Amino acid sequence: MSTGNKIAIKDFNFYYGSLQALQMINLDIRANEIFALLGPARSGKTTFLKSLNRLTDLVYGASHTGTILLDGEDIYDPKISLTQLRRRVGIVFDLPIPLPMSIYENVAYGPKLSNKTQKKYLDEIIEKALRSAFLWDEVKDRLHTSALRLSGGQQQRLCISRILALDPEVLLLDEPCSGLDPISTASIEETLSRLKKEYTIVLVPHNIQQASRVADRVGFLLDGKLVEEGPAFEIFTRPKNKKTEDYISGKFG
Amino acid sequence: MKIERGRYLTQNIAKILIWMAALSTMAVMALIVFQVLWEGLPVLSLSFFLDSPRSMGREGGIFSTIIGTFALTIVAILFATPLGVGTAIFLWEYTREGRISRTIRFGIGCLAGVPSIIFGLFGFVFFVIYLNMGWSILSGGLTMAALILPTIISATEEALKAIPYSFREVSYSLGGTKWQTVTRAVIPSALPGIFTGIILGICRSIEETAVVILTAGSSLLIPTSLFSPVRTMSVHFYILAREGISMEMAYGTGAALILLVLVVNIVANFLLHRYARKKT
Amino acid sequence: MEIKEIKERFIEKILLLIAFSSITILALITFFIFGEGLPLIWKIGPKAFLLGERWVPSQGEFGILPMIVGSFWVTFGSLLLGIPLGLACAIFLCEWTPPWAGMILRSAIQVLAGIPSVVYGFWGLVVLVPLIRNFLGGPGLSILSGSLILSIMILPTIISISEDSLKALPPNYKAGAFALGATHWQTIWRVLIPAARSGIVASIILGMGRALGETMAMIMILGNAVKMPSSILDSARTLTTNIGIEMGYASGDHRQALFAAGVILFLIIMLLNSLAIVLSRRRAG
Ligand SMILES: Nc1ncnc2c1ncn2[C@@H]1O[C@H](COP(=O)(O)OP(=O)(O)OP(=O)(O)O)[C@@H](O)[C@H]1O
Ligand SMILES: [Mg+2]
Repeated sequence: MSTGNKIAIKDFNFYYGSLQALQMINLDIRANEIFALLGPARSGKTTFLKSLNRLTDLVYGASHTGTILLDGEDIYDPKISLTQLRRRVGIVFDLPIPLPMSIYENVAYGPKLSNKTQKKYLDEIIEKALRSAFLWDEVKDRLHTSALRLSGGQQQRLCISRILALDPEVLLLDEPCSGLDPISTASIEETLSRLKKEYTIVLVPHNIQQASRVADRVGFLLDGKLVEEGPAFEIFTRPKNKKTEDYISGKFG
Repeated sequence: MKIERGRYLTQNIAKILIWMAALSTMAVMALIVFQVLWEGLPVLSLSFFLDSPRSMGREGGIFSTIIGTFALTIVAILFATPLGVGTAIFLWEYTREGRISRTIRFGIGCLAGVPSIIFGLFGFVFFVIYLNMGWSILSGGLTMAALILPTIISATEEALKAIPYSFREVSYSLGGTKWQTVTRAVIPSALPGIFTGIILGICRSIEETAVVILTAGSSLLIPTSLFSPVRTMSVHFYILAREGISMEMAYGTGAALILLVLVVNIVANFLLHRYARKKT
Repeated sequence: MEIKEIKERFIEKILLLIAFSSITILALITFFIFGEGLPLIWKIGPKAFLLGERWVPSQGEFGILPMIVGSFWVTFGSLLLGIPLGLACAIFLCEWTPPWAGMILRSAIQVLAGIPSVVYGFWGLVVLVPLIRNFLGGPGLSILSGSLILSIMILPTIISISEDSLKALPPNYKAGAFALGATHWQTIWRVLIPAARSGIVASIILGMGRALGETMAMIMILGNAVKMPSSILDSARTLTTNIGIEMGYASGDHRQALFAAGVILFLIIMLLNSLAIVLSRRRAG
């Protein structure tokens, strides 16, 4: 394994039954970078993110070939602890999904799952997580009210803090700003740029502009194939592949 | 034009008939309830509820039968709820539609259709005689638990079905195991549905008569243990009416039964609303 | 980590075990009812048992034909009234209804479903039986009164399941029929009801099972005479009421004969249930 690579993906294929959703993906994702994955609808972006923490295991009939290494460890190794993996690689979905409980309980959900977490540290963990997602000031006075009463943007940041409370290594974000207004979007983007100091972030951006604003490196996925990847600046200024160029210049997608 | 008119004539006749059917259903309901309450409510008084029956129930109240009803219902619910909820969780969360689940569902469907007198016969040979538990709260409660099991299963399953898949996905993505996901992310949202199933089970235990007579006996004494025989309100009502012991007391007990079922339902609805309000 | 895994496995096994409880209970019921009842059927012969017209336990005569006939007539009568009434109410609930009227009917049905069956029997006894006795003659305690009461008792079953299957129809059925110029009633009668057929039949079968199985209310209003009924104004005994009445004091062969009657009832009901389950599977699938 090369130093600095947090995730190494080799010859990875993914199938939903007979439908191949990802084809021969080869990609390294470096520590503490924001890697943005672009691609038109149904190109396999969500599938890619979910295979990084094996949420795809929940889908009946799904299968894969190839390897994904996290810090050099094969995540599909049967000996690996699945729950541990998912705590290390946290995911935020495209729509905010607060669980129907209080704000506090939502953030505490993850930490409480492992019985080691003690009550007295819980408050600290939750405050820290909410602060990291820049939500603390808005909710500190109503931690014990239902999370369903938050606005869409607040809910999405709640989902981010729910992940952060687990102190993960990698953050997977699947169009975290879809359905959000520009102000909430800006606040989430700002959150991301600050979070990358501590975390490795894989982001499926909400649009190309967002990728150009926050990403260090960019990949372009089309019909399950990784057409091109490289530093954001290069992809956006001189894409090597015609299809990438078309996509970025808005010809399709 | 003529055909047109014919079509609409048929339609109007059908409409009238359907309204008549609906109205007569409502009327029958009202007739039964009002008749029993009209005759029965005047009999009700505090002492009717708090005195035990004397001389076969001709005098006194219905206290011991209230105790009997509660005891039997509680035993039934205590046994049926974990089994019912567990079955639903297994069917909906732990297994895919396949041979096992189809077999289990078939069994549940059959059990749901077994008439109560058959449950009564079964409870009598199995619990009362074979397991030597005698006519008792326990025999009656266990038989009743078997009777209401399908109700609780299907209510719980409906509730589980209604919970978005995304809740489970969130829980797994936070490192939850299957059991943690079920107990922490799924069950809390399914509680109202489970609760509704339990309420249906309670109402069924209150009204059931054949099972109780055959498995719990019909003693008018206040029970002292799980192995005491009891008489529930509906059995008492049945015996009063059928043996012509006292029409007045029968009406009173009938009114009390109807009120009890109504109150259980109203309280349940109230609790459900409060729970829903608290959640959002 | 290991412990967590083991715990999960353990829980899964427990749940599997729990999930089999219904089948276990069903098996136990079958085993014990058959175990008590079959020897007697064996002893006196299935033919004498099923087709015998005399039920005189004191003389060791156990023919249940009168009860079978009684059960049949009471159930048949209740369906005669219950099916059209229930179907009409189901239609009322899904089509044509101003919402307030639907709501009233729905609560009425809920109350009907909640009324204890002994209360139905009692009401039949004090209201219906005298009416029949005064206007139609006979003892009043009769197949007619039993059928009337039963038809009310099975309404909630028929209505709720028929309504579900009508509601489950895709909306384009209706739109398509309207587009062809059908009136609302034609749409309901020629398109919706045939399409919801299997669900409606399932509801009828379940209602039938309910009617066949009802005991206490029937004991109160059927009159319980052990003889072949000859008219609907005759008093009768059903398979269930026979068990309910005599179980309290029966012993020996007599008690076994009651279980044997239970065996027959159980078999009939299981047949009906399986039919209903298959039908509703077809609806779902
Ligand atoms: N659970 C599933 N079962 C079967 N096929 C699936 C499943 N999820 C996704 N697919 C299929 O896999 C392909 C890739 O889907 P995926 O959701 O990964 O794309 P995406 O790039 O995230 O799309 P979008 O931009 O719409 O979110 C699609 O063809 C989709 O239909
Ligand atoms: Mg997606």
